[in-house]
Amino acid sequence: MLSSYLTMAAILFCIGLYGALTKRNAVIVLLSIELMLNAVNLNLVAFSKYGVVPSLTGQMFTLFSIAVAAAEAAVGIAVLIALYRARGTVNVDDYDEMRR
Amino acid sequence: MDTTFSQAAWLIPLFPLAAFLLLLAFGRSSRMIGVLLGSVSSLAGFVLSLLVLIEHMTKGQHDYQYAVKWIDTGSIVFKAGFEVTNLTALMLVVVTAVSFLVNVYSAGYMKGDERISVFYSYVALFTFSMLGLVLADNMLTLYVFWELVGVCSFLLVGFWFSKPEARAAAKKAFIVTRIGDAGLLLGILLLYWYMPDHALDFVRIGNAFEGGTGVIAASVTTWIAILIFIGAVGKSGQFPLHVWLPDAMEGPTPISALIHAATMVAAGVYLVARTFDIFQASQTAMDIVAYIGGFTAIFAATIGVAQNDIKRILAYSTVSQLGYMMMALGLNSMTGGIFHLFTHAFFKALLFLGAGSVIHAVHTQNIQEMGGLGSKMKITAWTFGIGALALSGIPPFSGFWSKDMILNIAYHEKPALFVIGVVAAFFTAFYMARLFFLVFMGKPKGERHAHESPPSMTGPLIVLAVLAVVAGFVQTPWNDTLGNWLTDGAEQENGGGGLVMVISAAIGLLGLYMGWLVFVKGMISRDFVSSRAPWLVRLLERKYYIDELYEAAIVRPLRALGGLLNGIDDYVVDGLVRAAGGAAFLIGRGGTRMQNGQVQTYGLITAFALVILIAAVALRRFW
Repeated sequence: MLSSYLTMAAILFCIGLYGALTKRNAVIVLLSIELMLNAVNLNLVAFSKYGVVPSLTGQMFTLFSIAVAAAEAAVGIAVLIALYRARGTVNVDDYDEMRR
Repeated sequence: MDTTFSQAAWLIPLFPLAAFLLLLAFGRSSRMIGVLLGSVSSLAGFVLSLLVLIEHMTKGQHDYQYAVKWIDTGSIVFKAGFEVTNLTALMLVVVTAVSFLVNVYSAGYMKGDERISVFYSYVALFTFSMLGLVLADNMLTLYVFWELVGVCSFLLVGFWFSKPEARAAAKKAFIVTRIGDAGLLLGILLLYWYMPDHALDFVRIGNAFEGGTGVIAASVTTWIAILIFIGAVGKSGQFPLHVWLPDAMEGPTPISALIHAATMVAAGVYLVARTFDIFQASQTAMDIVAYIGGFTAIFAATIGVAQNDIKRILAYSTVSQLGYMMMALGLNSMTGGIFHLFTHAFFKALLFLGAGSVIHAVHTQNIQEMGGLGSKMKITAWTFGIGALALSGIPPFSGFWSKDMILNIAYHEKPALFVIGVVAAFFTAFYMARLFFLVFMGKPKGERHAHESPPSMTGPLIVLAVLAVVAGFVQTPWNDTLGNWLTDGAEQENGGGGLVMVISAAIGLLGLYMGWLVFVKGMISRDFVSSRAPWLVRLLERKYYIDELYEAAIVRPLRALGGLLNGIDDYVVDGLVRAAGGAAFLIGRGGTRMQNGQVQTYGLITAFALVILIAAVALRRFW
């Protein structure tokens, strides 16, 4: 049972990673990151139920993580809006200030 | 026992050293300063040397040695010092006398040269080194000065370094003598290894080898002697290392007189004489010295017959005369070798300075382009003639007495060498006659307005001419002054050399007569030999193809090896270095390309790196 959850989480993570690395639209990149986060959450839950030492800690941690992720997404969107106002674009290729 | 002047002998080399340093500092300020300092310092050295010599002559045999600690390695202490023996005193006078005269002469000869102060500073440095070599009381100090004179020779041969020949000659002189120096160094090391207490001073070396009984095994003694002799062969231009000396004539003529005729090339002879006890302990080494000397004497004399450059003829004659000296030493006669060194120094310096005077007047060195100079340059012609007669061994000039003494010894010891010596003497007289008659007699050619040189040049010529006449009387068959004094009565003239004397004088006269017949009377055609045996003439003109042989057998293979090693250095060693640098550069450039400011690129790279890392960790399990 555990392995099917883990496989599911791995597929989700990879999709998220692919999106985060390839998409041009900053909003979609942000969404992909959420996807990766959720893959991790899924792992935590799966281990808390089917792990070697099952306990509730994993589920508690997941809830905590979801709450933090919500805050993070809010901040991320806010930053994106600020960036869009400043630069007039949401294309991540144009966000290359780190080179300069 | 009074040794006042001997104790002060260490001052003698310091005069030219001071002149050298002063010229180094102030030489640029004036053109006359070089002449002044050079002449005054060598005159001061000469006066002091003369006082030392007189002291040694009047007060009998008393060597004076003084040494200070030089290098203290804890277990072994090297000392440096000076020693004044009769031989040393004699050499001091010869060196300072010739040096002084050459300094005066150069004032005229080098007058127009821009770098005259540099020239004088080199000459002063040379004089210092040579005097240091003469005074050195041990092998190590001697070796230091030995190398110093080599450097000075290099500097002065290459003095006109804008001429490619001069540069090549300077390099050749330095490299060829280095071969001999390596032998000398090995000899010193061997001596150091086997000497009791690792002593290197001449006094204890003499004691160790005295009488040949030796603290040191006979085979080792032979090796030491041969290695030291190799050093002497290099410096004194003996076969097979003679090739540098004729080329060294590219230097200014006063230098040829001072270094490459009278003093430095005699250093080899002096070295053998100084370490004579070692040689005497090994008959094999003595024979090698004698036969190399004898062979060189006749070998160089025959080459001299076919040369056309006035200075090269004299150079080959120097090589030949040095061969005589070595032969005498090899025949167990230190007196003979040193006596010939003594007389040769004066008449050969005279001949070179005379040649310089001629070159100064006609601006060519080819004797075929000269002629009839005798009437225009009376002093030069007369003094040169005296030098030529002395060199040819015509009585009563000095060369006759010393050459006669050597021939007389050879006659009694090794008749084969006597024959070689006599034949070489014939050739010597013949080429000197050829040289003299072609230059000073006959019809003038080329340069019309040749004129006598200034007094600063003719003065030294006259002084040297006087010396060339009288210097021989210190040792005649009836009068053993020099031999007794030099060897403390250990060597006695064989005596009864009447027959040898007649032969030696006759052969010299015969050589001159033949030269006269060929080049003045024309009774024998000049083409007599070249029309019948052109190969022989060519062989002599090309100096027996020795240079070509060395070029093919040694220089080329060494060049090829050098080229190969250079290639390895360029492509393999440097290649590795460049590859390392290039790799770092490429990595760096890859890094810059990755740093493009795109977060997604960074993420991708991080992800890849992570995958590789995980894969590596996972795969390690299966190893």
